[in-house]
Amino acid sequence: MHWVNVVCLTILLMSGLTIFNAHPALYWGKDSGFADPWLAIGTQPTPAGPIGVTHVAGRVIETTGVLGLSQVAGQPTQRAFPSWATIPGPQWLAMGRHWHFFFAWIFVVNGIAYLLYTLFSRHLVRDLLPTRAELRAIGSSFKNHLLFRHPTGDAARRYNVLQNLSYLIVIFGLLPLVVLAGLAMSPRIDSALTGWVDLLGGRQSARSLHFIAAAGLLLFVLIHVFEVIVSGVWNELRSMVTGWYELPAEPKEEVRP
Amino acid sequence: MSPPGRPKGEFRNVQHEGTPVSRRANPPSGFTLMRARQRDRRHLLRGAVAAAGSAMLTGCDKLSHNDAFVDALKSAQHLSRAAQKLVAPRPAMAQEFDRSHIAKSFRSNGTLNPADADYQALLEGDFADYKLAVGGLVQKPAEYTLAQLRAMPARTQVTRHDCVEGWSCIGQWKGVPLALLLNAAQPLPSARFVVFRCFDSMDTPGPHDSRYYESIDFDDAYHAQTILAYELNDQALPVSNGAPLRCRVERQLGYKQAKYVRAIELVDSFGNIRGGKGGFWEDEGYEWYGGI
Repeated sequence: MHWVNVVCLTILLMSGLTIFNAHPALYWGKDSGFADPWLAIGTQPTPAGPIGVTHVAGRVIETTGVLGLSQVAGQPTQRAFPSWATIPGPQWLAMGRHWHFFFAWIFVVNGIAYLLYTLFSRHLVRDLLPTRAELRAIGSSFKNHLLFRHPTGDAARRYNVLQNLSYLIVIFGLLPLVVLAGLAMSPRIDSALTGWVDLLGGRQSARSLHFIAAAGLLLFVLIHVFEVIVSGVWNELRSMVTGWYELPAEPKEEVRP
Repeated sequence: MSPPGRPKGEFRNVQHEGTPVSRRANPPSGFTLMRARQRDRRHLLRGAVAAAGSAMLTGCDKLSHNDAFVDALKSAQHLSRAAQKLVAPRPAMAQEFDRSHIAKSFRSNGTLNPADADYQALLEGDFADYKLAVGGLVQKPAEYTLAQLRAMPARTQVTRHDCVEGWSCIGQWKGVPLALLLNAAQPLPSARFVVFRCFDSMDTPGPHDSRYYESIDFDDAYHAQTILAYELNDQALPVSNGAPLRCRVERQLGYKQAKYVRAIELVDSFGNIRGGKGGFWEDEGYEWYGGI
């Protein structure tokens, strides 16, 4: 299930950027209005030629090389996200949509299967929900993460409290939001319960929320992969696939309960 | 994924091999060797990630040109359509807005003024000679002037136009419900789709037929909000928005809302019309079902 997610999420993020590139501006509200997007990526002419710029919340940042203007086959090209971040590489909205909607189905079916599994296997209650004691110790867990001190012994078998919370935010926050906001952009789904899109603030707000939730998922993936690498990549990968997890060496004086 | 503007080769391990070698002048301690090995491993890992990323990108681009693979990807639209019709069946209505939400100016997209000679001639006469033909698999083909269409019962709706590019715009449309024209024409039992034939050539007008066309099924054709609009925001439909007549299919994306409609044709299949995919943009690779 996890590796299906890896494939789906990668393709969904990258084909999503292709779709974003077709109109690289985000708004709040029912329609675009066009006058004041909170995020817009484009180019700006200068005496030395066009530069890539990103407008975000009223600020203008030069982002030549990555956003707005980037190299495609050695040529500076106007495009919001660069070709190495999109599927397909060349700007091709129709194809980006085909990739996006095909893998969205797999992602959602896989996600529902996972939700059912967490509920019925008690994975949710047993592993994902932090205990009260763990919640109280959140400060020290935070410090340990910042110092790259990882749990040893039996504690390493369990998800730690920050892990618990971030998994819960992803599973019950970001993922439902990204799916719901995605569905809200479909004009036919909008008619299922006329006006429900207003719960998200309107269709253009839904497009913004879809983008923000996707960015949140990307941030999660980056931290997640980073933590896996620093806490022993082979051990973690093996445990993910086979369930065999080797305990990190313990300090000698510690007595097992 | 490699950062932009940096050649992929820069990640290759070989370029960094010089460093440990140059240190050989002083025999390296075990520590430096270990560090060097770690660094090499890191570079190797980074190189592997970059190589895997670029292989994946190339692979995805190759697959995007593989007909069988693209057909498999596109098959998802049938599932989407079936699922959407389940949760939003035929009577489900698109949201209608208060007039206060109407956009200051309605964005025009695609053709802004068809260059085709027949269209320009009609435009010159303010569409007095315009006739909408309704034909194909019907018992009673008919033609309607703009005045006749305006005299028929009309529907006015403030709706949101959602472009496939991602933007939305709210406007008020007034026009004839398509169902009225279809009922008058009496479709034959074999008819399954309604095709809109438009004036605008998408390439330079010429012998090659690139005139815009679109098609919808009866589910949308008979929907209460599917109208042939001749007014936008209480004004005669502007040329840039499809004058004299455009289609509104409110539960689908913008490219399904055919502008500059000159004829309506009922068919049992659109397989032998132009590219065979049911519309100009569909022939260019977009989904026929534009509800998503």
